[in-house]
Amino acid sequence: MKKVKVAFFDFTCCEGCQLQVANMGEALLDVLDLIDVVEFREVMSEKSSTYDVAIVEGSITTPHGVERIKKIRKTAKVLIAYGSCAAIGGINGMKNNFDLKDIREYVYQKDAKHFDTIPTRAVHQVVPVDYTVTGCPVYIPEFVKVLKAALMGIAYNVPDNAVCVECKLNENECMYDKGIACMGPITRAGCNSWCINNGNICYGCRGIVSNPAEKGQKDILEKYNISLEWIENKINMYNKPRELGELKTDE
Amino acid sequence: MSKNVKVNVEYLTRVEGHGNIVVNVKNGKLEECRLDIVESPRFFEGMLRGRSIFEAQHITSRICGICACGHTLASIQAAEDAIGFIPTEQTIKLRKLLLHLENLDSHILHIYLLVAPDLLGVKSFVPLIHTHNDVVRRALRMKKACNDVCDVLVGRHVHPISAIVGGFTKLPKEKDIDTMLEILESIQVDMAPTIELGASLKFPEFQRETEYVGLVNDTDEYPLLSGDIGSTDGLRMDKHDYKKITNEFVVPHSSAKHTKASRDSYMVGALARVNLNFEKLHPKAKKVANAIGLKPITTNPFLNTAAQLIECIHSLEDSIKILKEFKNDGVDYAQAITVGLNENGQIPVKAGKGVGAVEVPRGILFHEYEVDKKGMIVNANCIIPTGQNCNNIEKDMQKLVPEVLDKNQDEITLLMEMLVRAYDPCISCSAHFLNVKYIDC
Repeated sequence: MKKVKVAFFDFTCCEGCQLQVANMGEALLDVLDLIDVVEFREVMSEKSSTYDVAIVEGSITTPHGVERIKKIRKTAKVLIAYGSCAAIGGINGMKNNFDLKDIREYVYQKDAKHFDTIPTRAVHQVVPVDYTVTGCPVYIPEFVKVLKAALMGIAYNVPDNAVCVECKLNENECMYDKGIACMGPITRAGCNSWCINNGNICYGCRGIVSNPAEKGQKDILEKYNISLEWIENKINMYNKPRELGELKTDE
Repeated sequence: MSKNVKVNVEYLTRVEGHGNIVVNVKNGKLEECRLDIVESPRFFEGMLRGRSIFEAQHITSRICGICACGHTLASIQAAEDAIGFIPTEQTIKLRKLLLHLENLDSHILHIYLLVAPDLLGVKSFVPLIHTHNDVVRRALRMKKACNDVCDVLVGRHVHPISAIVGGFTKLPKEKDIDTMLEILESIQVDMAPTIELGASLKFPEFQRETEYVGLVNDTDEYPLLSGDIGSTDGLRMDKHDYKKITNEFVVPHSSAKHTKASRDSYMVGALARVNLNFEKLHPKAKKVANAIGLKPITTNPFLNTAAQLIECIHSLEDSIKILKEFKNDGVDYAQAITVGLNENGQIPVKAGKGVGAVEVPRGILFHEYEVDKKGMIVNANCIIPTGQNCNNIEKDMQKLVPEVLDKNQDEITLLMEMLVRAYDPCISCSAHFLNVKYIDC
């Protein structure tokens, strides 16, 4: 069987999701038996102009990034948005909470003009995406599932139920019962409630479920005396770019 | 000599983040020599404004996937300093363990996957799967082992979960300590052939005297998590005065801001630390350093990789020591921190400024926050090791290029790439901040 050519590309991000691949250990060698990695700048010097599958990490935040992702989309038969920055805009979207001119000048002062930036977008807001692996960082068991689906040409849907479902199965004490607000009830599952298992709250890094049952949520907020502002503030940490539509060519 | 050389490496590979190398020699004369940072700006310092100080760690960890634990520790230290919180001894000890794991993990990645391919004459670890299968398997095994220990300690290595302002949301149980010890002892087995590999690698010959900057202290401990800032030129100051060391300055005809201390440039990282604190290394680490001929003050930047190897041994041995102490003395579970709305008032907040100065894999990292009386961030500043090294890398390139003009263009290009890689630059980190050169991407 001819191996499928896979290339990794990074846009605006911390590259931690790529690193999760290196963290697979010797199991990575089994994956490499199935695919031919032709480009992966973080760990390889090899480059390739052709590939079947593009795994794209990072969000689109510069005009140059827009052009580059369009080229990749043209070349790749399958495009996987890899990690929260690519899937939902992620932490880079916090930039969109500010006036872009103001934030550029705050960080780079008089050199601000050199730092071209556009509002942070997820990859699917710029070009069509075939598969999505969300999470900050990605949860490797889910990535393996998506990669298998992509290689077999079958669909993969990011779970659309709340993190709470997994959290209950893991028998964690509910944060709300401890008097602490948590993003679990409106965040997409698939991470095995990673953060709550370790004593922290859910921050909503996997994106918001498509039907967050707003009325029910409002009841919860009232019951536990939590302000809507708190929830919005947390939503805006990873999910701000969802307010934007698709990128228009004249932007 | 009338020789023309043009090196133009776009998107240097096997480093974290995006950088270009530009070298231009005309008629034997060096006209241009630069390391350009072409990473997209991310505006972390700006984004932190208006956020709670208790969210700073979660956000700044996302500056970098490789040194997420390092950013976490610097961020927590700065935050606690700002609100006047003093962590317990147990918390400090667990943080030291986390920092060791971070350095070990990152150094192994750098030595095996990013540097060794150059020294073995291949483009990446992929061809090594066939020619050096046992080496690749060992590298991946060691990398995963470090990760597995972090999984137990803080939930995961990339963006740790349980290390927050105040302490840890989850403390290791007895069986967790046994698991961590078991994994670290398995790394000990793999460390012996790693040392052999390190000793067999031939690093390019090159010397350039420079100033080495890092944490120093007056105890016997190899300083990583805390200390004063010191240099091999004799500077010493409190961490709150870090701006006197980093001295960001503007380079003429460039939008870049570079750093300098006593001289034109300085170096941070494993080699700087070993040069500053050699005597405080674990005896096993010192023994290997002596065997491979690494001693202070080493002025060949390519040997930063060798210094990382020495630090691997130190961090591994000290991690095992810390865990054995926890095994004997037990863990006080009452010290677990509950995350939440202002930590449910567990941690009082006041207005103030604070600095974190931590030795992360690539060198000394500074975070500084200013908070209002509600604990909301008013100002933030981060100075990253790679940003501090950029100026020194260019100075090295300027000295190295004229010395190797008898080589062909490909050889010179490779040598320049190897030099930059030796610093283990984390461009992804550094580019978010002021003190690096930037060209349009």
